[in-house]
Amino acid sequence: MITQVWQWLTSASSWEGSAGIGHRLLQHLEYSAITVLIASALAIPLGLWIGHTGRGRWMVTAANSLRAVPSLGLLFAVALWLGPKLHGNSAYVVPSIVVLVVLAIPPLLAGAYAGVAGVDPAARDAAHGMGMTEGQVLLQVEVPCALPLMLSGVRSATLQVIATATIASAVSLGGLGRFLIDGLALGEYNVMAGGAIVVALLALGVDTVLAALQAAVVSPGLSGGTSRFRGRRTRTDRGQPTASENEPGVVGVVAKG
Amino acid sequence: MSFVSANWGDIVHRALLHAWLAGLPLFLGLLISLPVGWLAQRSRVLRPFLVVGSGLLYTIPSLALFILMPLIIGTKILDPLNVIIAMTIYTIALLVRSVSDALAAVPADVRQAATAMGYTPARRFLAVDLPLAVPVLAAGLRVAAVSNVSIVSVASLVGISQLGFYLTDGYERTYGTEIGVGIVACVVLALIFDLTIVLLARVLTPWQRVNAA
Amino acid sequence: MIRFDRVVKKFDGGSVAVDNLSFEAQRGEITVLVGPSGCGKTTSLRMINRMIDPTSGQILLDEQPVGQIAPAQLRRGIGYVIQHAGLFPHRTVLDNVATVPRLAGWSKAKARTRAHEVLELVGLPGDYAVRYPSQLSGGQQQRVGVARALAADPSVMLMDEPFSAVDPIVREQLQDEFLRLQRELGKTIVFVTHDIDEAIKLGDKVAVLEVGGRLAQLAEPAYLLAHPINDFVSDFIGRDRGYRALAFQDAPDFPLRPEPTVELGTTPAQARLATSDGWLLVVTDGRPQGWIEPQRITVPIESAMLHRGGTVARNHGPLRAALDAALSAPSRRGVVVDDDGRLLGTVRADEVLRAIDAAERPAIDPADIAPAESP
Ligand SMILES: Nc1ncnc2c1ncn2[C@@H]1O[C@H](COP(=O)(O)OP(=O)(O)OP(=O)(O)O)[C@@H](O)[C@H]1O
Ligand SMILES: [Mg+2]
Repeated sequence: MITQVWQWLTSASSWEGSAGIGHRLLQHLEYSAITVLIASALAIPLGLWIGHTGRGRWMVTAANSLRAVPSLGLLFAVALWLGPKLHGNSAYVVPSIVVLVVLAIPPLLAGAYAGVAGVDPAARDAAHGMGMTEGQVLLQVEVPCALPLMLSGVRSATLQVIATATIASAVSLGGLGRFLIDGLALGEYNVMAGGAIVVALLALGVDTVLAALQAAVVSPGLSGGTSRFRGRRTRTDRGQPTASENEPGVVGVVAKG
Repeated sequence: MSFVSANWGDIVHRALLHAWLAGLPLFLGLLISLPVGWLAQRSRVLRPFLVVGSGLLYTIPSLALFILMPLIIGTKILDPLNVIIAMTIYTIALLVRSVSDALAAVPADVRQAATAMGYTPARRFLAVDLPLAVPVLAAGLRVAAVSNVSIVSVASLVGISQLGFYLTDGYERTYGTEIGVGIVACVVLALIFDLTIVLLARVLTPWQRVNAA
Repeated sequence: MIRFDRVVKKFDGGSVAVDNLSFEAQRGEITVLVGPSGCGKTTSLRMINRMIDPTSGQILLDEQPVGQIAPAQLRRGIGYVIQHAGLFPHRTVLDNVATVPRLAGWSKAKARTRAHEVLELVGLPGDYAVRYPSQLSGGQQQRVGVARALAADPSVMLMDEPFSAVDPIVREQLQDEFLRLQRELGKTIVFVTHDIDEAIKLGDKVAVLEVGGRLAQLAEPAYLLAHPINDFVSDFIGRDRGYRALAFQDAPDFPLRPEPTVELGTTPAQARLATSDGWLLVVTDGRPQGWIEPQRITVPIESAMLHRGGTVARNHGPLRAALDAALSAPSRRGVVVDDDGRLLGTVRADEVLRAIDAAERPAIDPADIAPAESP
């Protein structure tokens, strides 16, 4: 069985053409990127605002409770409801993107909110006290300090989207999920398994890239990547988010499809 | 409503299957995560490998993992064991971190006092560390439980029977009511899991209630 | 100058944090607000830079009501140090300190040069500049907090328990450096603490607040110790205030007695010859090192053998130091040194007490003993 999967993965014909792995991979990345961008544009500013003002925290709780809704159900329900109202390509792309965006919002919102809400109150107070405007406090102090949790949220959301986009092939979305769904329908296990391997590798690869990005943009003062002086760390690092919180599932929102 | 009453027996049956597929892995995952998380918390060297490693497992999309299980453990694609094991893997991926964080949160002075009283390490773990770790552990379990219930429904795409069936079947028959019933049933099941864990944690930590009062 | 004019602050819950507070903090002086927890010290301080706005009354900064100055602009001109330093964890020490100059529109290079200067000033040399706050000890963080407030060279500084998060030894060190710095810089400083000893040590003026935010007494430390205005203030100042007040009275010309001394390495026989009684002072280069009992030694005097319990007093320094030198010396002869730390002679406790008897106490302000005004 393994040899058949390997054969399928390595044969040139499975990679070529509009139904090949190469094209499907790009499609999958494209859907995922669009989704994460849209969801981020909606959820991150909102999360920052909730964290900064302390108002509207119920929205984070509400978004969090979305986790209990099965993503597969949401996908089918929205496809059934929106699909007939649309024409052509968009009939199956739009419902999927809508669901993916909805599912990506909770981790993004929670990450941005928790990041800002967790900023050391003394640092925020000092920022006001030295004459920063609200905008300066947000951009110069709160956002940089919130970055670790905010980016953890982006990573969780991205994984969620990549996974759910795979399932979305069941409502005719393109991307790598096609191999899994079509392989299943045709009883071609080597195609299914090969596609599954590519999806898994894609998820791992994207997460690794995001982790590296996170390490690059988060200030070493926050990430604890200052091992040279670790012996000197003091009691004053009160609850600052550290790099060890970067793995998925910390922000209190685990999203998975 | 007529769909529910007409299919009540079937719904209950699938709900029980669903609970089994989501719940058993929760239990197995906790059982495995305890020693692994303990190890991660004890060893500075092992910690990054265990925590990051289990985190990586979590990145694998569920449908992909369901499909790959036969390749790894040699089962048939329709075998519920695939789902049980895949879900156990996800549970471990979430809980190793929770366990190690929960144990790390046990105050050092409490631990030292227990050692000074003459607890052996193993007994201290069971009598002191573990009870004090319950609140953080319960939080991790709640996340895992709700996530498990949602993910299990995906297994209906590979033909494994549980509540997810109403989602796929409803879609194929373009029957919105059936999808709605599936969603509601899943949410209710997730809430039941969540509530059970909350109640269990409360029973296990009577001292927390005293503080809250 | 900062003037509080009948300032009242009521919080939403109806609690009165500051009640009809009027006082002045003079230019170039350290004015300490001290009082028990919850008496409104922080609230009063934060009304100065408009972190909190008063319910009624006003605060004037050089005769201009602060309510008329835009908060951001006002704050940029006032250094503010808060209890836990509140450093920005994501910025290096240098960039933390450069923040206010940058806000004021300085170029990055100029702000950093200035930051280096202030860091030097608070005793944090160059290699600390590249560290992050999490890599500093509590005391070092406090210094950075002070440096950050000083960076734009504000003429007014507000300090809220800046030294409370460190151990007593480091606190003392920070206080001493702070006083040295203030002698150099001459800022107008309002300093909040709940530690009366810190207040007395640092303040040019000390304002004691009662719970409920009322001013109980505002006076120079020596006056406060000598004439607490009521039971609350005297209780708050605590015990030993007679003794502590001696810290503010300089000793007169004592009739110093010559003290026989020996150097390290002196043999037991020579040491016994040098003394008339049981104790002998050991010096190096004329600087007192410690006491020794010549009768008990069997080998030449080594550093490790010295009795170091005695303190030394500077000539014409505070009476408290002179008395303590006499009381702490095993020979009961207090060692008095010149400004370079060289031995001048010794003085006995009864002679110090006589000087205390003769010293003038701060005269009581007639207003403080006037009968309470009838309403
Ligand atoms: N934002 C607020 N809302 C309501 N009450 C407040 C607020 N801030 C302070 N208070 C109350 O006002 C009073 C004075 O508080 P403040 O912080 O000024 O005390 P403090 O003298 O600085 O005490 P500490 O030494 O403990 O710091 C307290 O009773 C406090 O509970
Ligand atoms: Mg205070």
